[in-house]
Amino acid sequence: MSSIRRRLPVHLVLLAAGLLSLFPLYWLFLTSLSPAQYVVKVPPEVVPRELTFGNYQRLFDTTPIVRWLVNTVVIAGVITAFHLLFDSMAGYAFAKRRFPGKNVMFWLVVSTLTVPAQVTLIPVFFILRAIGLLDTYPGVIVPGLADVFGVFLMKQFIQTLPSELEHAARLDGASEWQVYTRIILPLSKPALAVLAIFTFNRYWNAFIFPLVILRDPAKYPVQVGLATLQGEFNTDFGMLMTGAAVAAIPMIVVFFAFQRYFIEGIRVGGVKG
Amino acid sequence: MGAALRRHGWSYLFVLPTFALFVVFTLLPVVQAFVLSLQSARIVGGEFIGLQNFVTLAEDPVFRQALGNTVLYSAVVVAAQLTLALIVASLIQPLGPRSQTFYRALFYLPLVNSAILVAMVWRWIFNANPYGLANTVLGVFGIQPLLWIGSSDQALAAVILSAVLTIPGGGVVLYSAAMGSLPRELYEAAEVEGAGALTKWWYITVPLLKPTTLYLLVVYTILAFQVFERVYVMTNGGGPNNATITIVQLIYSTAFQFGRYGLASAMAVVLFIMAVAVAVVQFRSLRSDVEY
Repeated sequence: MSSIRRRLPVHLVLLAAGLLSLFPLYWLFLTSLSPAQYVVKVPPEVVPRELTFGNYQRLFDTTPIVRWLVNTVVIAGVITAFHLLFDSMAGYAFAKRRFPGKNVMFWLVVSTLTVPAQVTLIPVFFILRAIGLLDTYPGVIVPGLADVFGVFLMKQFIQTLPSELEHAARLDGASEWQVYTRIILPLSKPALAVLAIFTFNRYWNAFIFPLVILRDPAKYPVQVGLATLQGEFNTDFGMLMTGAAVAAIPMIVVFFAFQRYFIEGIRVGGVKG
Repeated sequence: MGAALRRHGWSYLFVLPTFALFVVFTLLPVVQAFVLSLQSARIVGGEFIGLQNFVTLAEDPVFRQALGNTVLYSAVVVAAQLTLALIVASLIQPLGPRSQTFYRALFYLPLVNSAILVAMVWRWIFNANPYGLANTVLGVFGIQPLLWIGSSDQALAAVILSAVLTIPGGGVVLYSAAMGSLPRELYEAAEVEGAGALTKWWYITVPLLKPTTLYLLVVYTILAFQVFERVYVMTNGGGPNNATITIVQLIYSTAFQFGRYGLASAMAVVLFIMAVAVAVVQFRSLRSDVEY
């Protein structure tokens, strides 16, 4: 009891900092739910007097936001599924197997971890143009499979697994592929969960790459769509905040559902934002 | 021999998909970026022009502005992020496990949202009208409304403020993980000497956290160098008189709005060198690291 009283100031400081951090999000939802006359009221009201779903109705009626959300789920979902497979395969090979060239390959992969993605943007745009994938879903998805953060994450995790089970499975006549699917994959579930959450979040939020690759607004993921709303509704902040709110809700839900994996992912894989 | 070969074959199969994609879409493009930076590549055609693009950049006031803005933004934002993360993690540290979990989640939640969405909210907060929230806050202190993102003097400040006003949740998590594994003995020895809480924090905790600090310094700096969405959204891609233009914003407009791919690639090479320089500094400092 006394410790709670002694720590009360600390809790108050932390809560204040947390609320300050969350305030933009609160402001976003509040504006989206406010009737137009309150949005431009002087001074603005931090506690709402009246709420409405009018902006949401208008957003769904006049913009392809649903289409954009579906696009984002498909793009981020497909990228995540492939990363789970490919990164765990490569992570397993780098962590547990011995083969000529392994160290060079791994060193190459890790050395590009700090390369800003914008450095490769123009060359990748040229490659996609050359093979006719500009303005297509595969054009957005395939280059997304090349980022190596997940390989690093899976390798770090898999090398902590004991090797006895693998050896036992081989003695029982399991093929190399079966060792991977029946031993490594099930044991890697915690790391796979972290990888799935992080990858999905990363590609849900991706912006500059789809912006450059896609031309047809019907193919936009929601972040690119949001940016075009800004051109359309310029100072209609009620509408803009409503679009942002609709894009925010899925990630917030995912965060509350899988919160511990986010925190775990930072601890294992470092900061990504 | 045959068995070994078969095993190696499997190893290569396991790394093949990732490695092939990595080579085609990361490794070769990095090389290609350097090649393009030496060409006059435009929408159609282009030829080798040596270092001409870099000379053009050195003389271009807009690029210098972008470079200066990017460095200023990064310096202020990273300094603020490291300080905030260290202080918040230090405050969380003595609390019980449930409080720790709660606060880590609280500080991480705002970060799952996209940069676009966050920038849209800040654009709304920093709008120049009297009903803008930032201006309302100023009004409480009796200060007249500012133009913020509408003014070439204040736009960059608004962009920087928007980044500083968010607690860096990732840094908080990493710092508090590192603090959990610091050795108790030093603290006990210091207590015997009669050291106060603040003294222990400054002379024991902060120095021991140096590896985490360096790691965060590098990651946050490289991320800050890439600032784009905030500028693109808050100030329509550069602000009045290019007040908020950054390197990545300029790469984007130079390449994809004006089709000058060679020149934009030269900017990308500058960005690459900046990132590598920061990473090298970290690597060298880590080698002279404290042992405990």
